[in-house]
Amino acid sequence: MKKTIRLALLASALLGGAAHAQDVTLTIESWRNDDLTIWQDSIIPAFEAQNPGIKVVFAPTAPAEYNAALNSKLSAGSAGDLITCRPFDASLELYNQGYLADLSGLASMANFSPVAKSAWQTDDGSATFCVPMASVIHGFIYNADAFEALGIAVPATRDEFFAALDTIKADGTYIPMAMGTNDQWEAATMGYNNIGPNYWKGEEGRLALIAGTQKLTDPQWVAPLTELAKWKDYLGDGFEAQTYPDSQNLFTLGRAAIYPAGSWEISGFNAQATFKMGAFPPPVGAAGDTCYISDHTDIAIGLNSKSPNAEAAKVFLDWVGSPEFATLYANALPGFFSLNSTPVEMADPLAQEFVSWRGKCQSTIRSTYQILSRGTPNLENETWNASANVIRGSETPEDAAKRLQDGLASWYEPQK
Amino acid sequence: MASGKPVRWHIAVFLAPAVLVYSALMIIPLFGTLLQSLFNKGEAGARMFVGLGNFAKLFGDALWSDAFWNALGNNTWFFVIHMLVQNPIGIALAAILSTPRLRMAVFYRTAIFIPTILSFVIVGFVWKLILSPIWGIAPGMLDAVGLKFLFTPWLGKEEYALTALALVSVWQFVGIPMMLIYAALLSIPDEVLEAAEMDGITGWSQFWKIKLPLILPSIGIISILTFVGNFNAFDLIYVAQGALAGPDFSTDILGTFLYRTFFGFQLQLGDPYMGSAIAGSMFGIILIGVCVYLFGIQTRLRRYQF
Repeated sequence: MKKTIRLALLASALLGGAAHAQDVTLTIESWRNDDLTIWQDSIIPAFEAQNPGIKVVFAPTAPAEYNAALNSKLSAGSAGDLITCRPFDASLELYNQGYLADLSGLASMANFSPVAKSAWQTDDGSATFCVPMASVIHGFIYNADAFEALGIAVPATRDEFFAALDTIKADGTYIPMAMGTNDQWEAATMGYNNIGPNYWKGEEGRLALIAGTQKLTDPQWVAPLTELAKWKDYLGDGFEAQTYPDSQNLFTLGRAAIYPAGSWEISGFNAQATFKMGAFPPPVGAAGDTCYISDHTDIAIGLNSKSPNAEAAKVFLDWVGSPEFATLYANALPGFFSLNSTPVEMADPLAQEFVSWRGKCQSTIRSTYQILSRGTPNLENETWNASANVIRGSETPEDAAKRLQDGLASWYEPQK
Repeated sequence: MASGKPVRWHIAVFLAPAVLVYSALMIIPLFGTLLQSLFNKGEAGARMFVGLGNFAKLFGDALWSDAFWNALGNNTWFFVIHMLVQNPIGIALAAILSTPRLRMAVFYRTAIFIPTILSFVIVGFVWKLILSPIWGIAPGMLDAVGLKFLFTPWLGKEEYALTALALVSVWQFVGIPMMLIYAALLSIPDEVLEAAEMDGITGWSQFWKIKLPLILPSIGIISILTFVGNFNAFDLIYVAQGALAGPDFSTDILGTFLYRTFFGFQLQLGDPYMGSAIAGSMFGIILIGVCVYLFGIQTRLRRYQF
């Protein structure tokens, strides 16, 4: 009798242990440390409720360290099961090295258009290795109260835009535009790649550059730099040492009127700013011109090929590709627009404004991201430096464009 | 009993922990890095022996060599500022602190030494805030004394950024030469100073003629510590200006250049082979500097035994 009880106890302990062992824990590597609470409070609970037995941990690194940290962890074999994917070459390189698994067969991949997937595919499109999550749109966010007080209409053309900046500057209450050159990347990302597509006609120019039929010294590629050089007069005192958080604070404290933005700012600004905000797309040359916006495929999620929990991870990835995740994510993070083919209803007015441009403008992605940043010197990093130099006035737009072209031509065959 | 000296096991036993830890953490990685700098990725992506090819590229290809010489030049300027500002101020502070009539010497000594134990991250962040044209106290303080026109966003100007950061580093580390020299000054026996006074050498001339020659070996040690520290520097620049060491690479030193190359940055992928070549060059530069000091200067310094 005693023996039976003991056996039963032992068996139940074993079974219990086995049941417990089925509880797999998936770890997500990410650079989005700003989103930690959103993942913990809304996204992960929603998944875990539907999938008992799978636990998910969101483990982000600081954005600037993410690539370096991830590469080290992957080569040491200590990286998490799910990898948040940077677009294009950074992730492609990880796939080529065998760190990311091929996800072409995943059922939910059918929910994405070829353009949405292009950032996480091999050059020939034969393998897709990350599930697209979101894109970000560039434009300008403005202080609507300031515009109203100064009687400025939302600018649609470049002349109106600079006239508005002149009015704000003459009034003196507000810094016309909140941007600094200390961190450099804003100049390229929120400057050059924000206003540029209107000059190089979006995809047309971007693809021509990749094909080698246009050069960075052509007028349509120099013009955005020339416009950036004009921004100098409208930035705040000491913009040379102004950092990215400085610019964000200047705007949300109501000290600056216009903020060259990416849509990822929306949730932060909503929480910080006490005034009414609006947004407008990069102004065009003449009224009625086709407008082009940078609708950049920015974030996706893939599977670590060495993950011991691949099956559970695929369940999670399939869910990430579902319309349910798209709605959850787009509303939790207004400004990160779903790439899912199913239209997503968003509640945030500023996010709605940004996404409405998809209807009236042509979408493109940042010119430097696909293929062109594969060599040394790296075109994207050079563009940061060149854009910041041009705004500071330490390099002329023509010289900067020539330097970028020479750098690209030094390793990129179609540009030689 | 066998004749001859007994085996002195205790020597090996006492040395073992230090030797093992030091080898595992310093010697083996150092030689690993030097070895890696002789390899590069081959056509098929496999690791391939290239001899000194990476170094030829680093010094021969304008793309790499411009960045390298820029970083080395900036690094040299960083070191020159430390030698011209940090060490003389450190020596002067030590000389003042060691005068017996100074009150609250302990307080000053502690206050000046405290920044040394702060993290680079804190120092970089605090100074960035102080010098910030938007929130900083520097513009306001200059305004209060009517010198507002002197203010510029130093960290954002190509011509000032590196010097400004070097001075921040001097502010942080001036306590170290001060403490070393202070200790050296205290170790000068009173008899020597009394004898000098008997001969009528007092005050400043006593410092120049008696004390300074006696602390020269300490100054030598400080110089070499400054040299090694500066040529290995990275943290402050990275914290204040980021890995791209703006504006326009004017604050790029060997450490940030190495970081960008080795680990990659943003869209640029890391290149461990070229990174190792840069690390190897840094090792060579520091080795040459230390050797010049050890054989050229150290051996000529006269030491005094009391």
